[in-house]
Amino acid sequence: MERVVRHFQEELEALKERLLGMGGLAEERVRVAVNGVTDRDGEALHAVMTGDEPINDFHIEIDDRCFKLLALHQPMAADLRTIVAAVKINTDLERVGDLAVNVAEAGKRYLQHPPVKPLIDIPRMGNIAQEMLRDALDAFVRRDVGLAEAVLAKDDDLDGLKTQIFRELLTFMLQDTATIEPALDLILISRHLERIGDHATNVAEDVIFMVSARDVRHQPFDAPSHNRPA
Amino acid sequence: MNSASPPLTSLSRVAGRAAAAAPPDTPVKIEADRLNFYYGPKRALDGISIRIRTNLVTAFIGPSGCGKSTFLRTLNRMNDIIPATRVEGTVLLDGKDVYDPHVDVVALRRRVGMVFQKSNPFPKSIFENVAYGLRINGMARTRAELNDRVEESLRQAAIFEEVKDRLNDSALALSGGQQQRLCIARALAIRPEVLLMDEPASALDPIATQRIEELIYDLKKTYTIVIVTHNMQQAARVSDHTAFFWLGRLVEYDRTDRIFTAPAEKLTEDYVTGRCG
Repeated sequence: MERVVRHFQEELEALKERLLGMGGLAEERVRVAVNGVTDRDGEALHAVMTGDEPINDFHIEIDDRCFKLLALHQPMAADLRTIVAAVKINTDLERVGDLAVNVAEAGKRYLQHPPVKPLIDIPRMGNIAQEMLRDALDAFVRRDVGLAEAVLAKDDDLDGLKTQIFRELLTFMLQDTATIEPALDLILISRHLERIGDHATNVAEDVIFMVSARDVRHQPFDAPSHNRPA
Repeated sequence: MNSASPPLTSLSRVAGRAAAAAPPDTPVKIEADRLNFYYGPKRALDGISIRIRTNLVTAFIGPSGCGKSTFLRTLNRMNDIIPATRVEGTVLLDGKDVYDPHVDVVALRRRVGMVFQKSNPFPKSIFENVAYGLRINGMARTRAELNDRVEESLRQAAIFEEVKDRLNDSALALSGGQQQRLCIARALAIRPEVLLMDEPASALDPIATQRIEELIYDLKKTYTIVIVTHNMQQAARVSDHTAFFWLGRLVEYDRTDRIFTAPAEKLTEDYVTGRCG
């Protein structure tokens, strides 16, 4: 039994490492896409648009690992929660990869126009989204509920910046119709970054469930968890 | 009366969690309170307090020697037949102490039937295996009534269709899975209220095991079932509540889905994830 458990633990560690690798890749692609927009670097954006394959490969491989672990080891309790969390985090990270592509595509269109304004809040949103993603993955590896909760708290910052960007660009569009097209692309980029933050939030929620068995989804941040009697 | 050392999980906590786990209108069928059990000088059970609910399946899990089978056997006093054993504390069946000196043990075992790990049909015909208990208890007045009760029991145990054309054949000619279902039919024939099952599928192949599990699912509509199993997946599949035993103590008792997804005790977590035991 002990040998079987050790084998299972090794498989579980390998699963975590692969998820971490995928998370690092997704985070890097968000960074390159946002820098591509702010630096007006078309080549970098093109590289993001055409380079989604490694993340997709991770997606399939990690799902496969999870299915095998579930089928062969029939895990219980913390092990079961870890694998269920891994399946969900895998999907979130794959979506982050797709959103990086969406940022790059909108950025590429944006580069065809003169700059609407100096970009300040978009890189700020990019930084916050990357930080949330990084912290959520750190929390996953370190089983750190406190760090995961801090990620949840940051989501409001991202939402606030998205609203701010929209209002600001609205004034530009009202003043000069020539800015409508590029401004809409910036609004789209801010929306994609906000969605990346949502996926990081999902990861953080999964970490909290994985570690403490508390389901904190669909609740105000400070609300008590409902699935465990006191 | 009380155990020398307190159980790992206190009575109030266990009772509270069990109460939360059961539907509010599910009455308690069996209640053990600070039950100790001794084989000679050796204490095998240490302060077990638990409330088992009517018409639910309660699974006992834990490593070999943890006391789960011993505790199961205290519920219908099957341990009485083992010399030099001793019980402290109470076991209530519908509020009445089963260890009261005035209790008729035979009548108790009629109410609390038992199915064992190894199927143990009598070396008689299939029919006679089921009819035996009815006859000695005078529970069938006519031959027609006896036939009806035997058929009803075999149907309840989901074996009638397989044996209806050979009821006079020896029960020993049946397969292991069929023998076990015959033993369940035999236990059901005298219409018990509670069915205790001590690893009823541990010697069976996966198909026969599945049939027993389906049977348990059907039987709980009529009976209160307590099952000891080494197979945690089986406990997870068939039971509503699960009790985890360790070194003669009840460590945790909760809804089965909680025990197997988010147990409260670290020891339970370690056991169900295979890290101890």
